[in-house]
Amino acid sequence: MKKKVLSIMLAASVMATMLAGCGGTDASTQTEGKASTQAENASSSLEEGKVVNIYCWNDEFKSRYEAYAKDLEEKHGVTVNFVIVANENNAYQNNLDAALQAQESAASDDKVDIFLVEADYASKYTKSEYALDVVGDVGLTADDLSQQYQYTKDIVTVDGVQKGTTWQATPGLFAYRRSIAKEVLGTDDPAMVQEKLSDWAKFDEVASKMKDAGYFMLSGYDDSFRAFSNNVSTPWVEANKIVVDDNIMNWVKQTKTYTDKGYNNKTTLWAPEWSADQGPDGKVFGFFYSTWGINFTLLGNSLADAEGEKAVGNGIFGDYAVCEGPQAYYWGGTWICAAKGTDNISFIKDMMYRLTCDAETMKKITLDTQDYTNNEAAMNEIASSDYSSDFLGGQNHIALFAEAAKKIDMSNISDYDQGLNEALQQTMHEYFEGNVDEQTALENFYQSAIEKYPELTK
Amino acid sequence: MTASNKNKTKHVSYKKWGYLFLIPFFLVYGVFSFIPMISTFYYSFFENYMSGLKEIGPTFVGFDNYIKLFTEGDLLKYFENTIILWVLGFVPQIVISLILAAWFTDTRLKLKCSGFFKTVIYMPNLIMASSFAMLFFALFSNNGPINLILMNAGIIKEPFHFMSSTAGARGLIALMNFLMWYGNTTILLMAGMMGIDTALFEAAEVDGATPSQVFSKITMPLLKPILAYVIITSLIGGLQMFDLPQILTNGKGGPDRTTMTLIMYLNNHLYSKNYGMAGALSVILFLVTGTLSIWVFKAITGQREK
Repeated sequence: MKKKVLSIMLAASVMATMLAGCGGTDASTQTEGKASTQAENASSSLEEGKVVNIYCWNDEFKSRYEAYAKDLEEKHGVTVNFVIVANENNAYQNNLDAALQAQESAASDDKVDIFLVEADYASKYTKSEYALDVVGDVGLTADDLSQQYQYTKDIVTVDGVQKGTTWQATPGLFAYRRSIAKEVLGTDDPAMVQEKLSDWAKFDEVASKMKDAGYFMLSGYDDSFRAFSNNVSTPWVEANKIVVDDNIMNWVKQTKTYTDKGYNNKTTLWAPEWSADQGPDGKVFGFFYSTWGINFTLLGNSLADAEGEKAVGNGIFGDYAVCEGPQAYYWGGTWICAAKGTDNISFIKDMMYRLTCDAETMKKITLDTQDYTNNEAAMNEIASSDYSSDFLGGQNHIALFAEAAKKIDMSNISDYDQGLNEALQQTMHEYFEGNVDEQTALENFYQSAIEKYPELTK
Repeated sequence: MTASNKNKTKHVSYKKWGYLFLIPFFLVYGVFSFIPMISTFYYSFFENYMSGLKEIGPTFVGFDNYIKLFTEGDLLKYFENTIILWVLGFVPQIVISLILAAWFTDTRLKLKCSGFFKTVIYMPNLIMASSFAMLFFALFSNNGPINLILMNAGIIKEPFHFMSSTAGARGLIALMNFLMWYGNTTILLMAGMMGIDTALFEAAEVDGATPSQVFSKITMPLLKPILAYVIITSLIGGLQMFDLPQILTNGKGGPDRTTMTLIMYLNNHLYSKNYGMAGALSVILFLVTGTLSIWVFKAITGQREK
């Protein structure tokens, strides 16, 4: 009998430890965590949180922050933690959505304090309660914001309340290779080149010349997309119905022609081949790029030695120049939003002021990095100065941007732009490659659009 | 205590322990498999998704999700894709595995280093499916090494766009599935073959049977239970095919959605947090898998009982 009792007890204790191993530890650590954060909350309800979590999709903002606002960390006694999730396939938004929805129950150091949004989906967040009013809640004044481009404020303004702020304006230009322009067009002067590219018919003509000379006009399928999609007459979605604008179909037509005639190199946006086309071995005449694309992406891709000095002699540094191109457009742009429930308001206010309102800092950013910053007075000052960019062969591209920035029209944006732009580009690639006809590609587009946004209809 | 009494109690307590030790399994199965499955059935009758940051529903909609799946989506197309991908990978896999297993277990053949080969053919299965798919993606990309080799060898002039052709993309997925799983199948079939009484083989040999006769008349019939197991597990795995095509085609199931499997379609719904629709799709998948498994099981094991 003793043996039996002993063995049952043994078995029971084995079971108990097993089960404890399964679920017990988790529960106990969770409660511990909660208790400690509650205590922290109570003691520091007036003080700032120790950790500032910033949600973003690449390291562009991180590098701006580290170069121009890192000292704020010490002033406020906080550590900044970047949560970087790539944009593709709505991954960034899905991750951010989940974090925002868990905002109330998250520990104070895990809460989202700042998140960044792009023009393509900014309204999704500014219409929600999760983005704070930069004037009423964060504490910037109308005077602070007065020099920002109006469109950058419009895009994040809902019912007269501005819910985000940005350090950059993103007018788009056409960046071309000087050496190829000289060889094929006989000139590399931006004004002369612009004349030859001033509308789409002329653009096509130059494309055929490039082909004859053994070059590609554009790198891939998506290059001219923004120049068309920003000049549409209706937003993507009207009353939950997907509308494919005529101008979008013009892009499809043009790209199909270019692909069939060999005017492009059949790459896709952000693909390694596409980046390589911008480098020393590229045979592509030009790229549609907005402000950030020129100083951040194009410059990086143009170097032969990525780690080397950013100067003439490294790859094709200095061989690019910019002109307006056939149609005015904008592309991208990053807005900083303060998240509801943050415990770092004073840090956020200082940081927003430093990076998006302070004329001195913004002028410095432009002079250092050639980015086009969101301060009209400072930009006009640089535009009319003798500033010149080494990367663009001595051109003062800020002057061109200052002109283009005035033309930006954001009236046709919708909440769905990113998902639908991406879905359309992806499904159309198959049409360009000749695997499916146009109708099938459009059907596939509707299919994946509705998968992404169940509320939409064809 | 008498000796007989002692024996009796021992006997009874063993039985109890058996049940006792089964409890953890049923507990874990219930919490992590059974309850979620029932709730999937339940949620499939609701409209429930995220529109931006707003949650729509849950509202009870009856069979609307199912009707939508069959009328608006391309459910049958994805089912067809999945089955084609599975068959393309499974047929070569079972043929090669049967041959290899027969060779490895053949006592007359006495293959050298069979231990080494058994390990090597199992190796691909140890690599994670995602890295395997990434590897193939890099190897067969438009400017990848395979295209370079083919071009340098003069077989093709222009790089062949594997991912843009239906045959190319499906072929690659089937090839990966084959490479990953034939080792595993070989080991399973070998276990089955080694369980067959060697006296039968010897008797056949004495009677003058040829190796092919031994294989078709003795090995195959006695292998049926294991074969049924292999086919059913492979079929279930095949219907749930996800990681390889998802990563190889970057979640797009291209070209023209011809490599979009059922689970990839399900994943698309989950990505937009469309829980109702995803639930309905899961239920359909469950029913299909169940039916097919029962059918295969009956078809293979049924004959023996007759």
